[in-house]
Amino acid sequence: MSEPQAVQDGKEQSGQAGAYQAHFRVWRGDADGGELADFQVEVHEGEVVLDIIHRLQATQTPDLAVRWNCKAGKCGSCSAEINGRPRLMCMTRMSVFDRTETITVTPMRAFPVVRDLVTDVSFNYAKAREIPSFVPPAELAPGEYRMKQEDVGRSQEFRKCIECFLCQDTCHVVRDHEENKAAFAGPRFLMRIAELDMHPLDAAPESGIDRKGSAQDDHGLGYCNITKCCTEVCPENIKITDNALIPLKERAADRKYDPLVWLGNKIRRRTE
Amino acid sequence: MHSAARAAIPARHLRTDRWWLAPAATAAGLLAFIVYSTWRAFANADYYHAPYVSPFYSPCLAENCHTMRGGPNWEIFGSWWGLSPALLILIFPLGFRLTCYYYRKAYYRGFWASPPACAVAEPHKKYTGETRFPLILQNIHRYFFYFAVLVAGVLTYDTALTFRDEHYHWGHMGLGSLVFLVNIVLIWAYTVSCHSCRHIVGGRLRHFSKHPVRYRLWGWIGRLNERHMLLAWSSLISVALADFYVFLLASGAFEDPRFF
Amino acid sequence: MAHVDRQAWDVVVVGAGGAGLRAAIEAREAGMRTAVICKSLFGKAHTVMAEGGIAASMGNANEHDNWQVHFRDTLRGGKFLNHWRMAELHAREAPDRVWELETWGALFDRTPDGRISQRNFGGHEYPRLAHVGDRTGLELIRTLQQKIVALQQEDEREFGAYDARLKVFQECTVTRVLKSDGRVSGTFCYERESGRFFVMEAPAVVLATGGIGKSFKVTSNSWEYTGDGHALALLAGAPLINMEFVQFHPTGMVWPPSVKGILVTESVRGDGGVLRNSEGKRFMFDYIPDVFKEKYAESEDEGDRWYEDPERNRRPPELLPRDEVARAINAEVKAGRGSPHGGVYLDVSTRMPAEVIKRRLPSMHHQFKELADVDITAEPMEVGPTCHYVMGGVDVDPDTAAATGVPGLFAAGEVAGGMHGSNRLGGNSLSDLLVFGRRAGLHAAEYAASLTDRPQADPLQIDAAEAEALRPFSAEEAGDAEEAAGRDRGPAENPYTLHQELQQAMNDLVGIIRREGEMAEALKRLADLRVRARRAGVEGHRQYNPGWHLSIDLRNMLLVSECVARAALAREESRGGHTRDDHPAMDRSWRNINLVCELADPQCDARAADPSLGQIRLSRRETPPIRRDLLELFEKDELAKYLTDEELSR
Repeated sequence: MSEPQAVQDGKEQSGQAGAYQAHFRVWRGDADGGELADFQVEVHEGEVVLDIIHRLQATQTPDLAVRWNCKAGKCGSCSAEINGRPRLMCMTRMSVFDRTETITVTPMRAFPVVRDLVTDVSFNYAKAREIPSFVPPAELAPGEYRMKQEDVGRSQEFRKCIECFLCQDTCHVVRDHEENKAAFAGPRFLMRIAELDMHPLDAAPESGIDRKGSAQDDHGLGYCNITKCCTEVCPENIKITDNALIPLKERAADRKYDPLVWLGNKIRRRTE
Repeated sequence: MHSAARAAIPARHLRTDRWWLAPAATAAGLLAFIVYSTWRAFANADYYHAPYVSPFYSPCLAENCHTMRGGPNWEIFGSWWGLSPALLILIFPLGFRLTCYYYRKAYYRGFWASPPACAVAEPHKKYTGETRFPLILQNIHRYFFYFAVLVAGVLTYDTALTFRDEHYHWGHMGLGSLVFLVNIVLIWAYTVSCHSCRHIVGGRLRHFSKHPVRYRLWGWIGRLNERHMLLAWSSLISVALADFYVFLLASGAFEDPRFF
Repeated sequence: MAHVDRQAWDVVVVGAGGAGLRAAIEAREAGMRTAVICKSLFGKAHTVMAEGGIAASMGNANEHDNWQVHFRDTLRGGKFLNHWRMAELHAREAPDRVWELETWGALFDRTPDGRISQRNFGGHEYPRLAHVGDRTGLELIRTLQQKIVALQQEDEREFGAYDARLKVFQECTVTRVLKSDGRVSGTFCYERESGRFFVMEAPAVVLATGGIGKSFKVTSNSWEYTGDGHALALLAGAPLINMEFVQFHPTGMVWPPSVKGILVTESVRGDGGVLRNSEGKRFMFDYIPDVFKEKYAESEDEGDRWYEDPERNRRPPELLPRDEVARAINAEVKAGRGSPHGGVYLDVSTRMPAEVIKRRLPSMHHQFKELADVDITAEPMEVGPTCHYVMGGVDVDPDTAAATGVPGLFAAGEVAGGMHGSNRLGGNSLSDLLVFGRRAGLHAAEYAASLTDRPQADPLQIDAAEAEALRPFSAEEAGDAEEAAGRDRGPAENPYTLHQELQQAMNDLVGIIRREGEMAEALKRLADLRVRARRAGVEGHRQYNPGWHLSIDLRNMLLVSECVARAALAREESRGGHTRDDHPAMDRSWRNINLVCELADPQCDARAADPSLGQIRLSRRETPPIRRDLLELFEKDELAKYLTDEELSR
């Protein structure tokens, strides 16, 4: 069996210098069960974990299931857990590991497994649908939107999200408590609410949608105990906790726990 | 914990790094402070040595306080309070730090193991987070923030008072002044870098462009806020050190070196 | 044959990138029940890789910009081979398509007065690219994805089900477009997860499957880019045009090997990055072709001044169209002036302060840091050409995006041909997706609504499609059949090996610089690979089996590669994304010629097994003459460089 593309490149460019055999343990199985399987596999200079998984596919286990796409950290498909840490396989360089280290690759734990390293991430798509969409301002026609850079900056940070769902996977609220999935949207989609709430032209308030309130009442913002694992695993380095979740909690507090606001609402309701 | 459809991996976690180190260190650090501050708060002694007042006892709100000339003596609670006056005031900084977004992370991870570290399973059967009593009270953080600003104001005043000598003459400075100065800078930095402060100053706005001053403030606070953890720890240590310094002076174990 | 699940829809969109999603939105808004089928997860399509921006002459950064200027730039970039009507529609409608995105929640970078900021790009006269840092494609995909969710929420309120009128079938692959009585009747598909087959019955099918880059070894394209739509169209009887034009992006990463080919956005140069060879020379000044001499700076000083004062200076030659820059880099490396890993240097570190680089090129900074351990704020990048885009594609009607000769079949985006001529300008891809995605969706919906009787999927075709898809599991029996037919049976082939050999052949023999002998050799190798691909065998079962998926995709890649090689062999000139070493000059007499590829024998697949025969029949066709008022946008002198004397005198 011939070698994959990366190997041939390696030969052309740097000979076999730097190549070594690594010990991989990859979880293989499906919803009915599975186990960690051991492999010895060649590694070359400059490679990432996904390259090694591909080499396994091409040389040892042609039916090893793995989800991937862009291989450049831009699409968020190849999410898995490497040595117990949620990461993108395409952005985990082999050089961060010791050559003698055993590298364990498992599927994301918080989601149902389909096969091998592929999980069923439909939970996330279901949650995405539950967040009310952007409401365009009625009075503005396309082309008339005027927004200042400083006003879009915050939401732009959240829109860097590549939807790898590593934050959803690592968040203990659902990772350790399957039963919370119904009530909790997860960091990615709470961040989506924050993004829309900070959008300078979102007309949700005018159309009767209270994003801050629904974050708490419908999407489980209160489950978040700001232990920051979402931020720790984010491959895009989005400050999910500091810039989205905590500000959202503060916005909800404005609305619910600020006595002045509460009093104001009471009075307004009475006069209506 | 695991539904049948998840990958059947029996291990609680597969991390190979020393993930337990951070929560263990956090717990140890917080415990040390708790032990020290409990002792000092209940001691009701050795907290004043002119011109220095321990930050644990400032402002002093009961009649049983040490008389501090020009100092933070406000006998709001009168004579019926018989316990240490520190207990009256420490509630506020304690509440501020207890509900602080950084300390919450620290003790949820360190003491509660919820979670102990990322991708390490927590030992609890059920989890409701901050959705119900008592943890829902974490939402009142901002009120503690307002009090914390007041307390920091008093401590600033105390720091100014350290530029007197033991006879209350102005224009002097000792090593204690330096300790107090460092402490108050850290206290302010920690207080101002608070997430609630960041929100109140600018974060709650929808259009920064219409509030250029608040936007700029929000930006500065944001940069401090990135170091909130660092400031939380350094101000915690500095406040304990300032108190300990006063203790050393008041108990006579140490003489305050005077610069001028 | 076992029972295959059938579902009825009005419009089926194949592909969920920018064009597919835009088409689906339009078809659904026109009231049609619309299904989208995509190979990846929803929101992961290759469009996310687009970095630079969306070209649209909104005139926010320079008020002189308008659609006519954009049209002119597009034709120049395509060396006048573009279908003029597509280029016109594209230039006219692009601003509306961008503004529309804002009403769906997109957040572009802003100008100081709050409008959409626009940046410079190769081949565009004015700053024209609406962008979000260097992740514009992600913004585009996410916005369209969220618009689809918004429409589904509407349907949920109205019908009680999110999927009532618009459904995304993710991680599914289409292997055949089905036809009855010459019209489209649906698609044959399988679920990648389970391997289950199903049929989508629909009178209108929109192909929006993107490109063919995975047939080349060094490519910026993801695994999805196996030319599925191109092949589906061919197999359904629709012709492809311009397949010889493959764009090699000048700047792909060259190191480390495992990321070779990954794109380095053109914005690096648009924002001030320069190309240098190993001697430190800005070599692009030596490679300005005659047709562009007046438009580009002659000295480094002038080029540098242009960033600040574009009115009185000419742009630096680093911003020449992509084909020119790619060829120049290729020439420098061949002349021994390349970098250690076989590229040239692209430097921003000496051109901008570190914070500016991090703000304007965040994902490039991230990409090099993470993948190559290179800090682009401190050292230059090493870059080289990478296969990026195919200009050729399904021959379509410019206004309706309907594929020629197959009623009910539509194509938009990279899979459609004609819009970009011989070379696409950066930024024109995202706008192409939106403009023609919308048109394809609209006209597919109109077509579906206009039918009184709908064609039924033919059970025989379904059985045949199923047998074809299952062949890799019975490579041994296939061997028996070969033997019975008197041919070598040979062992079962590893699909990964076949794929690598295909990529190597295309890269080496039909790559950036082409020669007659090499292309003839390529055709031989392709024929050989095609025979072996019939014996491609896989182990295991149908559930999420990547080896099986690749075996199926190989058919498409081989078909498309043959189109590229045959067309490239026939076009005896150099133009845009087609460079012939043996015919280095552009030839005006080729200007108005499209090379058309069709399946040689749609009924019989004997050719697939016989290496001496090809699968593709090539023919020539004249392009329609460019409308007079559009020609008048150009100076006579410039036209004389492209058009024949006869055309000019008309």
